[in-house]
Amino acid sequence: MRALCSLTIAEARRLLRERAVSARELTFAYLERIQQLEPSLHAFISVATELAIEMADAADRRIARGEDTPLLGVPIAIKDVLVTRDLRTTAGSRILENYVPTWDATVVSKLRAMGAVFLGKLNCDEFAMGSSTENSAFGVTRNPWRLDRVPGGSSGGSAVAVAADLCCAALGTDTGGSIRQPAALCGVTGLKNSYGRISRYGLIAFASSLDTVGALTKDALDAAIMLQALEGRDPNDSTSVSAPPVDVHAVEHAPEKLQGLRVGVPKEYFTAGIQDEVEEAVRAAIAQLEALGARVQEVSLPRTELGLAAYYIIAPAEASANLARFDGVKYGLRVTGNDLIDTYCRTRGAGFGAEVKRRIMLGTYALSAGYYDAYYVRAQKVRTLIKQDFEQAFAQVDILAAPVSPTTAFPIGSKTEDPLQMYLADVFTLPASLAGVCAISIPCGFDRLGLPIGLQLIGPAFGEQRVLQVARTYQMHTDFHLRKPNLDLSSLAS
Amino acid sequence: MLSSEEVERIAYLARLSLSEAEKVRYAQQLSAILDYAAQLSRVEVGDDVPPTSSVLSVHSVMRLEDTILPGLTREAALRNAPLADESYFVVQAALGDDD
Repeated sequence: MRALCSLTIAEARRLLRERAVSARELTFAYLERIQQLEPSLHAFISVATELAIEMADAADRRIARGEDTPLLGVPIAIKDVLVTRDLRTTAGSRILENYVPTWDATVVSKLRAMGAVFLGKLNCDEFAMGSSTENSAFGVTRNPWRLDRVPGGSSGGSAVAVAADLCCAALGTDTGGSIRQPAALCGVTGLKNSYGRISRYGLIAFASSLDTVGALTKDALDAAIMLQALEGRDPNDSTSVSAPPVDVHAVEHAPEKLQGLRVGVPKEYFTAGIQDEVEEAVRAAIAQLEALGARVQEVSLPRTELGLAAYYIIAPAEASANLARFDGVKYGLRVTGNDLIDTYCRTRGAGFGAEVKRRIMLGTYALSAGYYDAYYVRAQKVRTLIKQDFEQAFAQVDILAAPVSPTTAFPIGSKTEDPLQMYLADVFTLPASLAGVCAISIPCGFDRLGLPIGLQLIGPAFGEQRVLQVARTYQMHTDFHLRKPNLDLSSLAS
Repeated sequence: MLSSEEVERIAYLARLSLSEAEKVRYAQQLSAILDYAAQLSRVEVGDDVPPTSSVLSVHSVMRLEDTILPGLTREAALRNAPLADESYFVVQAALGDDD
């Protein structure tokens, strides 16, 4: 049932509305494909077979009553850092291996209310800390374009599930690039929303001033549909804000040309360390925007590289505070020691993986007496400068076009021994996170091994409408987003 | 380079028990990351540059009115506890005999 599984949300909804397919048929097609491909890809931590069928039948009853929502009967999978009522949620960590939430994240309840079907929970780096999904306590997820490559991270399971047609769309989260980078490495579309546009309530917190929730989808139109479904102020998240809602119709009917659009190319994103093929593909995509009528000019974001240093102080500092809640008392693992403090230490020592411990240590150090001003406050000041860089750029141009990741998907195991090398994979996604602006990753080419390359379109805070429309226009004229990895079962035997 | 005493001090502050091998590895890795982060102190930052703790300009957000909504039941709250009695979480004594 390859054809059914490769549908976009918009296409699936049309067939469901016309009763050409039922939610049950659609869901069974995905469950069958998951069963076939999961042993090779391992995108999921938990597949929710029974729940999916139950939700599909409920959706079919609503469709029979003539109901219509943008996601009614659409099979979706959820990154395992978003809590789901009565459905195990691990955050990719041993410490939460048996945690069954009693409540839903706001984005999850929104999807439920719209009648989406939940296929299961997707693998990710532990507590969303990582760039390759290798930090999951539940095993490595493989890139469907080449099984010896990482899918990127931290939303690696989400990117693989969308790329391999194991779901129609997936929820992910992006703190420093965790939607955009795996989307680029797996050849799918991933929108990191402006900070505050989508509720974080029920997202297991990593770095609260940077965390965003969003979707990975098959194209830009689906990204708009998901944004509309998820966005809005939430009384349960005091940092969520109300913005004018996205106009999905305007994205669907985006102009064929880009006349009058001012595109900035940040020169700092094309420096040493970028793979030649990535630079060529991104420059070709920019040339295409120009050919469609956009005015392209070089701009400067001078503090780009400092973003890496600032991020890897600020995010671990926030993480060290957020993860203090995992103490073996109210939920999760407990390893009993000689006294209460010893129990805390042993529980956390045994429950957290290497990268999470590294970041807690780093953050604790940066916040400790004597280092707070030198590291943490300093990083926050540099963050202000990075934000100003973007403000100055957006005074000259409407949108920025840049690479997402300096390289295509790297081999599994190649960076796990050197954390700083792994962090460098995020250099082009971190600045937009620190500035709180929006950015989308869309496929724009392939390297000589056939691995996907992503184009990053960055817009100002709450500038999703334009970013989505430009992405949609680009996808009207290109077919990179339509190409699929070769996942014939015979080719997966090895 | 962080000393192993410093690594132990940070680990204790963070309530993390580490193996000897982890202490050695984290001393090296954290030092390398902190060396990289040292470029933050070399950049020109004017005294008038405020630190950014949130990109949003909203600060205190109050509820409009205090409405009573259903919360977790006791059973639900205890459902995931590693050790619980019928009505409470069970932990070791927080204060010793001498406290």
